Amino acid sequence: MSIFSTKKSWINLTIWVLLIALIIAAPSVLPVFRLNLLGRYLSLAIVALGVDLIWGFTGMLSLGQGIFFALGGYCAAMFLQLNSAGEFPNGIPEFFGLYGVEKLPFFWEPFKSSIFTLISIWLIPAIIAGLLGYLVFRNRIKGVYFSILTQAALLVFFNFFNGQQKLINGTNGLKTDVTQLFGQMVGSEIMQRWFFWVSAVLVILTWFFARWIVRDRFGNILIGIRDDEARVRFTGYNPVIFKTIIFSIAGGLAGISGALYTVQSGIVSPQFMTVPFSIEMVVWVAVGGRGTLLGAILGAVLINYAKSLVSEALPASWMFIQGGLFILVVTALPEGVLGWIRKDGPKKLLFLLGINKKLETYPSLEVNEQGEVK
Amino acid sequence: MQLILESLFNGVAIGSVLLVAALGLAIVFGLMGVINLAHGELMMLGAYSTYITQLIFKQVSFLKPFYDSYVIVAIGIAFLVSGTVGILLERTVIRRLYGSPLETLLATWGVSLILQQFVRSVPLAYASGLVIALFFGLFTPLFISDDLLHGAKGKLIRACTWGFSALLGVATGGVLSSLVSKLSRASARNVDVTAPSWMRGGIDFVGITFPKTRLLIILITLISVLVVIFFLDKTAWGMRIRAVTQNRPMSDCLGISTETVDIITFGIGSGLAGVAGVAVSLLGSVGPNVGGNYIVGCFMVVVLGGVGNLLGTILASFSIGIMTDLIGAGRLLTIWPDMPSPLYSTIDFFATTSMARVMIFALIVIFLQFKPTGMFPQKGRMVES
Repeated sequence: MSIFSTKKSWINLTIWVLLIALIIAAPSVLPVFRLNLLGRYLSLAIVALGVDLIWGFTGMLSLGQGIFFALGGYCAAMFLQLNSAGEFPNGIPEFFGLYGVEKLPFFWEPFKSSIFTLISIWLIPAIIAGLLGYLVFRNRIKGVYFSILTQAALLVFFNFFNGQQKLINGTNGLKTDVTQLFGQMVGSEIMQRWFFWVSAVLVILTWFFARWIVRDRFGNILIGIRDDEARVRFTGYNPVIFKTIIFSIAGGLAGISGALYTVQSGIVSPQFMTVPFSIEMVVWVAVGGRGTLLGAILGAVLINYAKSLVSEALPASWMFIQGGLFILVVTALPEGVLGWIRKDGPKKLLFLLGINKKLETYPSLEVNEQGEVK
Repeated sequence: MQLILESLFNGVAIGSVLLVAALGLAIVFGLMGVINLAHGELMMLGAYSTYITQLIFKQVSFLKPFYDSYVIVAIGIAFLVSGTVGILLERTVIRRLYGSPLETLLATWGVSLILQQFVRSVPLAYASGLVIALFFGLFTPLFISDDLLHGAKGKLIRACTWGFSALLGVATGGVLSSLVSKLSRASARNVDVTAPSWMRGGIDFVGITFPKTRLLIILITLISVLVVIFFLDKTAWGMRIRAVTQNRPMSDCLGISTETVDIITFGIGSGLAGVAGVAVSLLGSVGPNVGGNYIVGCFMVVVLGGVGNLLGTILASFSIGIMTDLIGAGRLLTIWPDMPSPLYSTIDFFATTSMARVMIFALIVIFLQFKPTGMFPQKGRMVES
C-alpha cells in the first residue's frame, strides 16, 4: 500500500507542501522583523512537539515545560556571553561587575566549550526532566497531581533563577543579541537569517524524530499508558520507565527549542518560566490537534502568529481571545483542528448547515444487478 | 521561647490564608476530582469585593457611621460574589467536562485569563452590576414554586426573572458608577484596601506584638473552618456531599441528586475562595494577579494533605505556613544559632521568601516519595483513583 493512498496522508501531504513552501518563500518575501518572528515560532514548534509527545500520546499534562525551555536558553546564553566576554574586566561577562563578582561561578566554566554547550542544551534539560519525572512517576503520581506538581516545580525554578543575581543575573536575564558568534553579532540580520534556517530544519528533523518514536511498539506503549495505564502494567510493562524516557525526551526538545528561541529573541530571562507561558504551550498543541505531530507544529506557529497580530492591533483583547480559545478547544474541539479535519469534521459541519445533504450510511452493502446483497 | 512563639504565630497567620483558600479547593477536588485553576481569580474577586464594599461604606451617607464594620459585611459579600461566579462556572464549563480532569484544568485556566482581563478592562461598577444580575438570575428561580416553574408558562417566568435581574444589574452599575467615581472607570492599576481604625496596631502579649490584622485573619479562618466542619458533619446536605465524595455512582443510585450536590459544593468552595480574598486584601494591595501568588501554595496544600480529609488540609497548610516563616524569614538561624556549619550555610542560602518556596517544594517532593497520596490518603480498594 502506498503511503499516499489514505485520506489522512493526503491531508498531511498538503499541509507539508504548504509548510515547506512557506519556509522556503519566507526569507525572500517577509521583512526581517517578520522573518525573525516566524523563526521564533518555528523554534516554539519544537517544544510543542515535545508537549504533544507527553500529553497527546502519553496522556501526561505537564504545566512545567517552561523549566526545560528556559534551561536550554540559559545554556546557549551562557556560552554566548562567555564567547564575547574577552574585553570585559576579569574576562567575565559584564553583568558580574554590577554585583561585584570577580570570579566566574564554577558552573559557568564548562560553557566556554562550544561542544559542551551544544550537548548541554538538550542533555541538561533532559536529565533534569528525567530525574523529576522518575521521582514523580515512581510513586504513581499522575493526572491532575502530576500537572500541579509540574506547575509547582516551574514556580520553584522561576523563584530560584529570579533570585540569583550573582550567579545568572537574576530577573534581568542574559542578553544574547549583542554577543559575538563566528565574528558576527548574534542580533545581526545575517545571523538571524541563519537562525531561521536552523530552526526550520530542526523543526522538520524533530518531526521525523517524534514520528520515529511514536510509530513502533514504543509509541504503542505510550498510547497504551494514555488510555489505560493499569492494563499496561498488568500486561507486564513498567510504565515508569516509558514515562520517564518520554518526559526526558520532551525535556530535551524543550531545551533545544529554548536555545533557538533565545538566540532569536535576544534575551533569556526567568520570564520564560512563568506559569502562563508553559500553559500556552499546551494550548498550541490542543488547538493544533493533540496526538497529531503536525498539529503541534501548526498550532504553535499559527497561534503565535495570531497572537502577535492581535496584540499589535488590540492589546487588551488577546487575553479574552486566549481564554476563550482554552474553553472552546476543550469543550467543542477536543481533538484540535487537525483531528477535526481528519474525522470528517468539515463534512459534518456542511451537513449541519444544510449545504451538503449526502451522508454516507454504514455499513454500505454491495448490491448486484438483481438487487441482491452479495 | 519568645522567638519560637513569634515564629509560630507568623507561620499560623501565613497558613491561615492558605487554609481558607485551600479548603475550598480541597473540597471541590475531593468531590469532583477537579482542580480549579481559576480559584486564584475567585480569590481576586473576593479581594475586589472588599475594596468595593469599603468604597461604598465611605461614600454613601447612611452607611458612613458603620464604616468600621465594613470588613464583616465584606466577608459576606465576597462569599456571595465568588460563590455566584463559581456556580456559573460550574454550570457552563465544568459540567460539560465531567470525567476529564485535565481538560477541566485547561478550561479553568482559560476562565482565569478571562476574569483577569475582565477586571482590567471593565469598570468595577458595571462588573458588580453584572455579578448582581447573575446572582438574582441564578437564585430567584429557587424561590418560585416548582409548579409555576415547570408549568405552562414556565419558560416565560424564567425569562422574566432573567430580564428583571438584568435590569437590576444595569441599575446597580449605573448607581454605583455615579456614586463612587473611582469605580466608574476601568483601570489595570492595583488598589489598596485600608483597614478600619480598630484593626490597626497590635496586641502586646508576653513581650511580643501580634498585629491585629493577622489576628483577624486567623479568626476568620477559624470561623470558616468551624462552619465548614459543621456544615459537612451535621447538616443533611453535608452528609450528601460526603456520600458523593466517597462513592458517586452509589449515591446516585440511592436517590441523591449528584447534580445539586456538585453545584452546592462548587458554590461553597468558590465562596471560601472569596473569603480568602478578603484576608488577602488586608495583607497587601489588590490587583488582577493577586490570586496567582497564593494559588500554587494552595495546590501544594492539596497535594500534601491528601484528598477528602479536612484534617489533612488543615495540617498541611499550617506546616507549609510555619515552614515558610521558619526558613524564609531566617528564623531557624536565630532560634538555633550554633547548628553545624554546612547546614547553616544551606539554610542561609534559602533564607528569602522566594527561596523558601524552593526548599519547601523539595521537601514536599521528598515527602511524597514516602507517602504518595498525601498525609491522609483515602481508604479504599480501587486500582485507579
